[in-house]
Amino acid sequence: MTEPVLSVKSLRVEFATRRGVLRAIDDISFDIAKGEVLGVVGESGAGKSVTGNAVIGLIDLPGRIASGEIRLSGLRIDNLSVEELRRIRGKRIGMIFQDPLTSLNPLYKVGDQITETIRAHSDVSESAARKRAIELLAEVGIPAPEKRIDAYPHEFSGGMRQRVVIALAICADPELIIADEPTTALDVSVQAQIISLIRRLGRDHGTAVMLVTHDMGVIAETCDRVAVMYSGRIAEIGPVQDVIRNPLHPYAKGLMGAIPTLAIEAERLVQIPGSMPRLSAIPPGCAFNPRCASAFDRCRVERPEPIPCGEQRVACHLYDGEPAKKDHAA
Amino acid sequence: MVDIVTSPDPAPPGLAGRIFQSDIFYSFRRSKLTMVAAAITLIFFLIAIFAPLLAVQNPFDPAQLQLMNSRIPPLWSADGQTPFLLGTDEQGRDVLSAILYGLRISLTVGVLGVVFAGTLGIAMGLTAGYFGGAIDGLIMRIADVQLTFPAILIALLIDGVVKSVFGNQLDAMGTLAVLVVAIGLSFWVQYARTVRSSVMVEKNKDYVAAAQLIGLPAPVIMLRHVLPNAMGPILVIATINLALAVITEATLSFIGSGMPDTMPSLGTLIRIGNNYLFSGEWWIIAFPGFALAGLILAINLLGDWLRDALNPKLR
Amino acid sequence: MIAFALRRVIQAIGVMLAVGVIAFSMFRFAGDPVSQIVSIDTLAAERAEVRKSLGLDDPILVQFGRYFANAAQFKFGVSYQFRQPVSSLLKERMPATLELATCATIFALVFGILMGVYSALRRDSILAKLFQAVSLIGISLPTFLIGILLIYLFAVILGWLPSYGRGDVVRIGWWTTGLLTVSGLKALVMPAITLGLFQMTLIMRLVRAEMLEVLRTDYIRFARARGLTTRAIHFGHALKNTLVPVITVAGLQFGSVIAFAIITETVFQWPGMGLLFVQAIQNVDIPIMAAYLLVVSVIFVTINLIVDILYTIVDPRLRSTISRQA
Repeated sequence: MTEPVLSVKSLRVEFATRRGVLRAIDDISFDIAKGEVLGVVGESGAGKSVTGNAVIGLIDLPGRIASGEIRLSGLRIDNLSVEELRRIRGKRIGMIFQDPLTSLNPLYKVGDQITETIRAHSDVSESAARKRAIELLAEVGIPAPEKRIDAYPHEFSGGMRQRVVIALAICADPELIIADEPTTALDVSVQAQIISLIRRLGRDHGTAVMLVTHDMGVIAETCDRVAVMYSGRIAEIGPVQDVIRNPLHPYAKGLMGAIPTLAIEAERLVQIPGSMPRLSAIPPGCAFNPRCASAFDRCRVERPEPIPCGEQRVACHLYDGEPAKKDHAA
Repeated sequence: MVDIVTSPDPAPPGLAGRIFQSDIFYSFRRSKLTMVAAAITLIFFLIAIFAPLLAVQNPFDPAQLQLMNSRIPPLWSADGQTPFLLGTDEQGRDVLSAILYGLRISLTVGVLGVVFAGTLGIAMGLTAGYFGGAIDGLIMRIADVQLTFPAILIALLIDGVVKSVFGNQLDAMGTLAVLVVAIGLSFWVQYARTVRSSVMVEKNKDYVAAAQLIGLPAPVIMLRHVLPNAMGPILVIATINLALAVITEATLSFIGSGMPDTMPSLGTLIRIGNNYLFSGEWWIIAFPGFALAGLILAINLLGDWLRDALNPKLR
Repeated sequence: MIAFALRRVIQAIGVMLAVGVIAFSMFRFAGDPVSQIVSIDTLAAERAEVRKSLGLDDPILVQFGRYFANAAQFKFGVSYQFRQPVSSLLKERMPATLELATCATIFALVFGILMGVYSALRRDSILAKLFQAVSLIGISLPTFLIGILLIYLFAVILGWLPSYGRGDVVRIGWWTTGLLTVSGLKALVMPAITLGLFQMTLIMRLVRAEMLEVLRTDYIRFARARGLTTRAIHFGHALKNTLVPVITVAGLQFGSVIAFAIITETVFQWPGMGLLFVQAIQNVDIPIMAAYLLVVSVIFVTINLIVDILYTIVDPRLRSTISRQA
């Protein structure tokens, strides 16, 4: 097997606050292979965005990567210097943010922002960069790119702006794209287009994609694999069809139950009672135990470690040791 | 989403506890400074009010001044003489007494100027907001034009025009009145704008319609309901304006268009002292200067704090 | 865009008309122009003659029209105290004021922006905190006190700089400049700092607040994610966005710099328009007061106009909303 594009091992991200250290990401591990799309799903505050930011090295003080390692095609990138990290950002890892309305600097023409990015990463002339910028705009589906290149961001619609943002993310042909809720701020009608664009670009260039979202529908349509996050940990990770059809973790079950289309098979939309604990008040044992219907004594004292279950990996005591329990739980 | 990571702000949102904590910490640290500022302001006001009790002489009374006591340095220097703690000026005027009385004049002009500006501005704002239409347009246009010009220039012009109308018949009290009017007319705009926008908001609320239904005259409703709502911002403007009014008065007096030498304010004292800058009698100018700077700094600090405290958005 | 500019020009003319009415009323009603020209023992008949020759018997509107027409040609009448045309007095004094105001503004802009950017980027550093404290004091000290303090330090105690006047000036056409002689430059230092200090603190506080705001935005975060250098992010993206509102404030402040020059010029006996104006007030020299008001208003209104138009050029968003409205 070839080396994964992104390999995260035992990553911990902490925020030093006056009330003590908060652990936003607690010991997570995952890989993304070339051309693969990994969906990262969870509630607000589960640590999805922090994970994405940690990979691209945008964790600012008082936050820091406390332990673990991040490898990009084998190269360790979590301990690089500021300058080395800058060279990787935008060049080998492209990032797409949530809100295209605010991601672009309103005072610069989109073309200038693209050529600026190209020239930050490769030694090309202004005119060559401009030519490349037009190609990029065409590739992300912006009509009449040779004209639109001299337009300002406010002259584009939200969907078109997100296409510009995507063009910026792929302008140095990165190995990995991190898309942090790329469609949340968009009209429902454009969401599908943007998602399929990301999907297509990933396929065409063999780019690995980490798609952060809280939209299970998007995950189901787009991703090869999915990681379900809860309170800074990965509750369950596995091939998207497996996780959707046969979620193992009680929390994942709840999430899948909340997808309307899938829920047709179930009796009704499932709602998980309660809400995710704040980082400052994570309960001992499994973070999900207060909301979990299947919780037992062990869940309240011991943190579950990820256990392989077929293609999936699940952090739940229900699946520890006895395979029989799996059926029981399912 | 938790944007904890990417925000460069060391107090990121999402970690509510932290903000809360740091906020208290911050305002605590700040309020200590504010308490000092408040205390200093209060002391200045008390000194001004009780000046006749504290001063060793009445600097406005020429009979009490003796030329043989002129230019005595402060008490702690070799040539100092009691009871002139901060020395005397050319006319044998005790500098400390002059400061005490000068403070009185400065604060009187400042407070009256602010009251005048506030009353005028509130009245204009209520009128503009309540009647709307052409009256609103006219008042706000005047406000816009006036805002183009710095207050000090307007005050100077008004001062100059009034003087040219009255010639040299103005006595000290008359000058004081002119100053109050000049300052009042220079600073009304901010009040008017604040009150107007507050009227605009309240005008369409149900209780106003309800009060109208039961036959309460609208101006009464406005005064009783709208004004209290606008009181916070007005208080902030007034405090900051007090500092500006004191500065304006001092500046006019310094230039020679304000209080006369016979009834000096702090600005007049500084103008008088300025003549002795080169001859070595530094105390004649230094102490009035300190008093003025201290007063304005204290009021400004108070105003800053008030603005932050009354504006929940900033917290 | 053109319609927008046109509308602004019309507004500016409206303001100037209003100021003109005020200046005219001052000129006409505050103080009797006749008694300022003739001596006390002049006969009533002669007074009437002078009155007529000055056109003071014409209808007010005619007089106003004439005053305005004259003012438009820079004819402001004769100064009571100097017995000279006001326009030549103003022309003589204007270079001094404009040089002072320009230097003060440049000083304020350069140091205000530098200190503001520094305190935004290194806001926990000791220097940044020092700047903050200095700015509070700068706002609280009246201009004339700052001037006196500087004079005391650098002229009285150290004797480095002259305490008054403009130094030697060089005449270029009708313009006189102090920028070309050593003594002129030395004389300019303290007045320019005194005048600019308040604006500097203002700009510094504004730049700091705006920059902190901008650094928090998504497009800065995105710029980092794109791998731009810190330098390009801070001084290209963040600074440009910071400067948009700063331009407006700085431009509008230039007007008040000219007004505050009145005080600075008095402190330093700087031979500019402000000093002329102060002397005019003290001597009830109405023609000078009225003319000063008009000239300064023209400068203010022009600056406001330029700032408005400049603003739309810098901010493309505004440009298109305006052309859409027009």
